[in-house]
Amino acid sequence: MSGVEGFMYPNEIGLEWSVLIVLYPFITGLVAGAFILASLERVFRVEAIKPTYRLALLTALAFLLVAPLPLQLHLGHPERSPEMYFTPHSTSAMAMFGYVYLWYLMAVLVLEIWLDYRREIVLFSQSAGKWTRWIYKLMTLGSNNISERSLAIDERAGWIVTLIGIPSAFLLHGYVGFIFGSIKANPWWSSPLMPVVFIFSAMVSGIAAVMLLYMAITKLRKQTIEIRCVDSIAMYLFYIFIIDFSLEMLDLIHRIYEADESFRSLNFMVHTQLYFSQIVLQICLGTLTPIFLLGITQVVKLPEIARKRIYAAAGSLTLIGIFAMRWNVVIGGQLFSKSFLGYTTYKMGLVTREGLLVAVALTILPLFFLWALVKLLPPWPEKNVPIAAAAD
Amino acid sequence: MKITRRQMLILLPAAAVAWESVLAGTPETSPNYKLSDHWWGMLIDIPKCIGCGNCVRACQTENDVPDGHFRTWVERYHRSDWLMANSGVISANPLIDPEVISPDGGKEGFPVATDTEGKYFFVPKMCNHCADSPCTQVCPVGATFVTPDGVVLVDQTYCLGCAYCVQACPYGCRYIHPQKKVADKCTLCYHRITKGLTTACCEACPTGARQLADLKNPNDPIHEFLKTHNVQVLKPQMATGAKVFYNELDGSVR
Repeated sequence: MSGVEGFMYPNEIGLEWSVLIVLYPFITGLVAGAFILASLERVFRVEAIKPTYRLALLTALAFLLVAPLPLQLHLGHPERSPEMYFTPHSTSAMAMFGYVYLWYLMAVLVLEIWLDYRREIVLFSQSAGKWTRWIYKLMTLGSNNISERSLAIDERAGWIVTLIGIPSAFLLHGYVGFIFGSIKANPWWSSPLMPVVFIFSAMVSGIAAVMLLYMAITKLRKQTIEIRCVDSIAMYLFYIFIIDFSLEMLDLIHRIYEADESFRSLNFMVHTQLYFSQIVLQICLGTLTPIFLLGITQVVKLPEIARKRIYAAAGSLTLIGIFAMRWNVVIGGQLFSKSFLGYTTYKMGLVTREGLLVAVALTILPLFFLWALVKLLPPWPEKNVPIAAAAD
Repeated sequence: MKITRRQMLILLPAAAVAWESVLAGTPETSPNYKLSDHWWGMLIDIPKCIGCGNCVRACQTENDVPDGHFRTWVERYHRSDWLMANSGVISANPLIDPEVISPDGGKEGFPVATDTEGKYFFVPKMCNHCADSPCTQVCPVGATFVTPDGVVLVDQTYCLGCAYCVQACPYGCRYIHPQKKVADKCTLCYHRITKGLTTACCEACPTGARQLADLKNPNDPIHEFLKTHNVQVLKPQMATGAKVFYNELDGSVR
């Protein structure tokens, strides 16, 4: 069979987990990271990043809505997926997915967004156009009380939801890491560090994504980017990136030093099949370069325009690097034989159900959701002011 | 108790639904077979295997195994000598670097071995029907399970086709059936062994290199064999409780 080097067990030659399974941790990572950025403002009172608070929440929701799609498309029998809710297998990490996902979607994100926007929703339901008014009416869930006391309760409840949300975001993405980290048959995955690395890389990607989205959308709206805000986000990105990189290097050094039975095989794979995606894309271009760029902004006083450009470049490279990391975990983990005697190749389809076009569509889809959410629930304060004034 | 016609109309469909679920959980009838009396495994006698591929072909025919996938397959190992006679140099560790081939799962046998150095031997592979199977552990809906008589099976009417079990098997014994889109694997010919027959691969083996073993049967020759021979399981470090026993397993085999 072509594409095989050395010896593979005959059932290992074709990869069972495709690019869609690469997308899944990438997307949930963005969700968890965006939410944690939002909670920085809410729980830890980082005032500087306030302009991105609502945008971060909506970004998290837009991506979370898309997160199960790559999984569904990958399943052999998607129509049976509700069985995961009705008859979950208690020893399966994957069986947790449905519950963690629903919990995070309904109990955390939707609730927090609703509480935070409730005042606007009520005001819109009284002032918006004929049809949109109905949508807002539905979203008020029948409660039109926006007295000061009621808003104070919302504020308090929202704070508690965020507080619960932080461990939930960790759970959402840590669990994704556990799905891989707990497979003892696969030495490329099997590591207790996996969930931790996934959580930190999630924070890195989510923060970078919100930073880029904020800069891009502000530019599109022809408003000025609040430099104090992006400075703070970049600072957090820089420090969390350093933790993430240290953890990944710890894992790498540990593997190299221990050099267990799988090492020769995995080492060879990293130097051949995964050289471009791991060494070039993930480590050099997607990790070291953005850390270096962000590091410059931390130690050298640069003009505003230069900082913005550096942030945009570093943010984009970060997303490429984290995507490469997901790729290397998911695809890399299936390229070598569990006999440690050979390697196979991943052939991505173009227009197949799990092919490139579907993957690209699923990557762009959250941006459409975000666009719709931003239209429905504008995260910008200035838009709300006249409506509030009109209602008074 | 008096049941009205109206109550009857409600009760009957409910009873039909209940009966259907009872039937769904009832194993295929095999009147003389008691689950609790058996604990299945297999013995593979490596020195006896001649690599003819009969077992692979028999399995494919019996179980309708799709081309390119294997419930059982045969590998040929070539372990070179430590000291290479031609050059007189010490080779790379042959225990770590054996040369292994399995053309089309060994279904049509193997090309003639040409190298006079080192040793050649065949290793038939199949599901190890692990007692602590990592594949059943990860199934999100419990569609794959260990039966009370020790066989790892897949309920293909329930499997989602997520392939998590394929990733979790250390031995590469599972695959996603290309037409059914569900996990597929060796069933130890469950439809045969519960009727007192042996598996298709054992039946077709011309040298008796494969022997079905019932570890709960005190008269099964497996007990004497395990006592008197050098028997190993694959990847014992995985602690899967594998029940396919290999006689004279070379250290280079994984």
